[in-house]
Amino acid sequence: MTTQSDPPKRNGFRLSQLIYDTRYRSITLQVIALLLIGGGLFWLYSNTVTNLAAQGKDFRLDFLWKRAGYDINQQLIPYTSNDTHIRAAAVGMFNTLLVALLGCVFATILGIVFGVLRLSKNFMASRLAAVYVEGFRNVPLLLWIVAIFAIVTEATHQPRDFKTGDASMLFNESVAITNRGTFIPSPIFGAGWELLAIVAVLAIGAAIWLRKWSIKRQAATGESPMPIWLGIVLVIAAILLVYSLQAGLMFALLSIIKVAIIVAIAVIGYRVAKTFVPNVLAALIAAALIILWQYFIAGPFWGMFGFQPAFDPSVTFDYPELGGFNFSGGLQIRNSLIALLLALSLYTGAFIAEIVRAGILSVSKGQSEAAFALGLRANRTMSLVILPQAMRVIIPPLISQFLNLTKNSSLAIAIGYMDIRSTLGGITVNQTGRELEGILLTGMFYLILSLLISAGMNWFNNSVKLKER
Amino acid sequence: MSDTHAQTVRYVRDSMIQPSEPPNAQTGAVKWMRENLFSDWVNGLMTVIAIYIIYSVLAAIAPWFYHSVWNAGSLNECREVIAINSPNAMHGGGCFAVISDRWLQLLFGFYRADLHWRPILAFVLLFVALGPILFPNRFPRPLMWLAAAYPFLVVWLLWGGSFWVPILAALGFVIGGIVGYFGNKVGGLGVAVAAAVVSAVVWWVYLMPVVNDGLHATVAEARLETIAEQTEADLIAIPEAQEAIETRMAELNARVAELDAQLEEIVAVEETDAVKAEFNAIMDELETVRAELRILSRDAYYYSQKSTDAKTIASNLEMLPEWKAAAAEGDEIAQRNLSDAYGRLGLVGLEPVTSREFGGFMLAIIIGVAGIGLSLPLGVLLALGRQSDLLVVKVACIVFIEVIRGVPLIVWLFTASLLLNYFLPPGTNFDLVLRVVIMVTLFSAAYIAEVVRGGLAALPKGQYEAADALGLDYWKSMRLIVLPQALKISIPGIVNTFIGLFKDTTLVGIIGLLDPINLSNSIRASSDWNGVYWELFIFIGLVFFVCCFSMGRYSLWLEKQLQRGHR
Repeated sequence: MTTQSDPPKRNGFRLSQLIYDTRYRSITLQVIALLLIGGGLFWLYSNTVTNLAAQGKDFRLDFLWKRAGYDINQQLIPYTSNDTHIRAAAVGMFNTLLVALLGCVFATILGIVFGVLRLSKNFMASRLAAVYVEGFRNVPLLLWIVAIFAIVTEATHQPRDFKTGDASMLFNESVAITNRGTFIPSPIFGAGWELLAIVAVLAIGAAIWLRKWSIKRQAATGESPMPIWLGIVLVIAAILLVYSLQAGLMFALLSIIKVAIIVAIAVIGYRVAKTFVPNVLAALIAAALIILWQYFIAGPFWGMFGFQPAFDPSVTFDYPELGGFNFSGGLQIRNSLIALLLALSLYTGAFIAEIVRAGILSVSKGQSEAAFALGLRANRTMSLVILPQAMRVIIPPLISQFLNLTKNSSLAIAIGYMDIRSTLGGITVNQTGRELEGILLTGMFYLILSLLISAGMNWFNNSVKLKER
Repeated sequence: MSDTHAQTVRYVRDSMIQPSEPPNAQTGAVKWMRENLFSDWVNGLMTVIAIYIIYSVLAAIAPWFYHSVWNAGSLNECREVIAINSPNAMHGGGCFAVISDRWLQLLFGFYRADLHWRPILAFVLLFVALGPILFPNRFPRPLMWLAAAYPFLVVWLLWGGSFWVPILAALGFVIGGIVGYFGNKVGGLGVAVAAAVVSAVVWWVYLMPVVNDGLHATVAEARLETIAEQTEADLIAIPEAQEAIETRMAELNARVAELDAQLEEIVAVEETDAVKAEFNAIMDELETVRAELRILSRDAYYYSQKSTDAKTIASNLEMLPEWKAAAAEGDEIAQRNLSDAYGRLGLVGLEPVTSREFGGFMLAIIIGVAGIGLSLPLGVLLALGRQSDLLVVKVACIVFIEVIRGVPLIVWLFTASLLLNYFLPPGTNFDLVLRVVIMVTLFSAAYIAEVVRGGLAALPKGQYEAADALGLDYWKSMRLIVLPQALKISIPGIVNTFIGLFKDTTLVGIIGLLDPINLSNSIRASSDWNGVYWELFIFIGLVFFVCCFSMGRYSLWLEKQLQRGHR
């Protein structure tokens, strides 16, 4: 009987097995697929070669090193029309990166704010957030870009209105919003700014180290960690201290005294008021005292001494000033950048708001109930229990929204913002007639950028995601 | 019970008190407001801020809407009307007259007005065809066939041509289906699919043009004399009609100029109620005159097209014998001319319309619907390919998806308009709308593939294994077990992709097609409407909002419908 259970003898390989034997069929299919794909690619390639030859063109990139001959209205790196096409492309690349980076930051802030607001128990706030989200999600981005561009160019004042008094500058005569762009003060780096920069870097590093150390200490001893706002205050205080010391010793001393007086007024006012009225009211009274001091008493008080310390800081500001027909000085932020940035961040922010909302809703109700049962307040529940769990759901779609924003920044062409698509994939292509090379390079840039962003964000995602044992 | 109560102790009451009304602060609107608007001081602050935002937005916009003008011939007239009728309007008013003047253009682009019934019919049929797909339980199953026939029908309706062209095109699928059916019996699934594809492609590429040309030639030859007579009559009648229209238009234009002059005088005079009444009377007359002018200019456009057509046909008729002789000798240009001429003379069906005349929301909907319909099956195939065990297929799908997704749609559209001619065999040149549809389809297919991949990954592994255990082959297990569940999970993502695709149709304006936004630019370029922004943006935005919002609501409804209760 044992002979019957022997496996059938292999008769070697038959050709029909390539189709009927599942072990070999997959190889057959893959070979066919490979042939089809290879054939298709070769077909495209040979067509391209023939077509290029027929038009008397070739595939070369040397045009990139020829003179560009066109101006770019926003440059993050020095550029003139005498520079090469590749430099123009780099200018465009930096413009794309600028708008993408700022857009991602603003969109995230907007998205978190409106996503949380939409879940708010407050009827009005949640409805307003819903109107924002649905309004921006359901209307094409291009329309928003064009419309916001129209708003910032048509509904703002002309520079000459500032002369006649029809319009006025904001923030103590330092910011002017006009139909030619927004003018803001630009920093001028004098002698000694390097020290300031070093101090800033060191202070930030120290604050981060302190925060980490205090979190470690919390794990060991249970003492609550240093709050983030304290870290920020420390950094700002360190920078301001060095800044005023550089400006002059007397000035620094005087500044410290001034700040100390204000702090003293606030603390004493609050302490005293607290004994009579509730805490919130006491804080309001302290704030009122500070305002009273700063705006009505401080001026005459310091004036009595008649002492003006020397003030010679390392970093000063160049303020925009109204010239003949336009503002000069300061930094001009063009309307195309503002409109593109606003539209991109509002539009993407609406999508991020939905992602945040879905993420928060995905945390089961028992989690927040358990947190309340432990006695955590609403904001602590949010930051310690719900958000860490929601992040796992939020981050992956957030990555793809960042990618979308970066790619959507190519819509800049509609309002004349000079990003890489308008420089390398636009004017350069038109001037040199190298559409194949130009558009291929533009596409490659976006592809590589997308892959880099998603690689970076995936790394971040892996570092924050739930560690399972 | 009550009597036992009554007899126990005296101080225990034997009847219940009527429940009293809740205090005022705990009922109705007050309670709702306390809970939802002012539950604590943060909440109260938020409510106040929200009300302030709503107030300031309304205060800025409402008067503008209130003073808006719907009847006027140009932006300047709008301003005059507002100045006369509501001199106190701070920020002026909306000039929605641009919408009443140009709404047909915004909807149809430059599609000829007397043919507007065709896109409208196609749009209505879209819902008839979509009904059985979108609401499968509420429609009889045979209506699915209408959905299958719809693509052929609608292409014919929109672009026109002879009635047999869509039938011949559909025949390709029928042939493929029959070949596949018998192929499956003879040689198995793989052979069947290959044979079906090959036979259908052979039909479309080699046989169908021959049959089509033959039909056109036969019909043309048979009708040659009637066409000649008809054209002769047309060539006499059309100029007469054109002349009549021109004289009437000249009259009306003179009247418009007269009325405009009167208006100028009135505007210069000081305002009184009598002046206002006179002004509005003139505006009313202007409106009626303009309405007639609008119709006349449409007619003029119609006749100018007709006259070009008639002239082309006449010249074709004249050249026909010469081309025939040359074509018989093998002259390629003559052959092409001859087949073109036959195509024109032997046309039985709808007047052809070129893609250049397409525009507005019609174009957006055509690209959107075609992209949606084609990208779903392609996206599902790509997702399956990405999950496949076959390494080559898998790698090819991953590369395709990532490359498509990594590059913005605008770059792809530029590729379609500038580079596609390089990649295709020399001499190929096909319709820009078709190229855009192909690009948009590929683009959203890659996104759908990712969404469906998420659905496939979310499905428990047991489902795949159970399908294998039942002995189903790959395609059957996918079709019957895996895809129905995976697609159900991915509905929200798929619909979001569709909404995105529909919104992205506005990008075709950047490569020169007349999408609504591009049309709004060209409307603004005319001297009458130079400077009109918000009215056009509001109209376009509103239409998009309605379409996209309803798609989103449908997806929510569908999600609920497909919920099988296991969660």
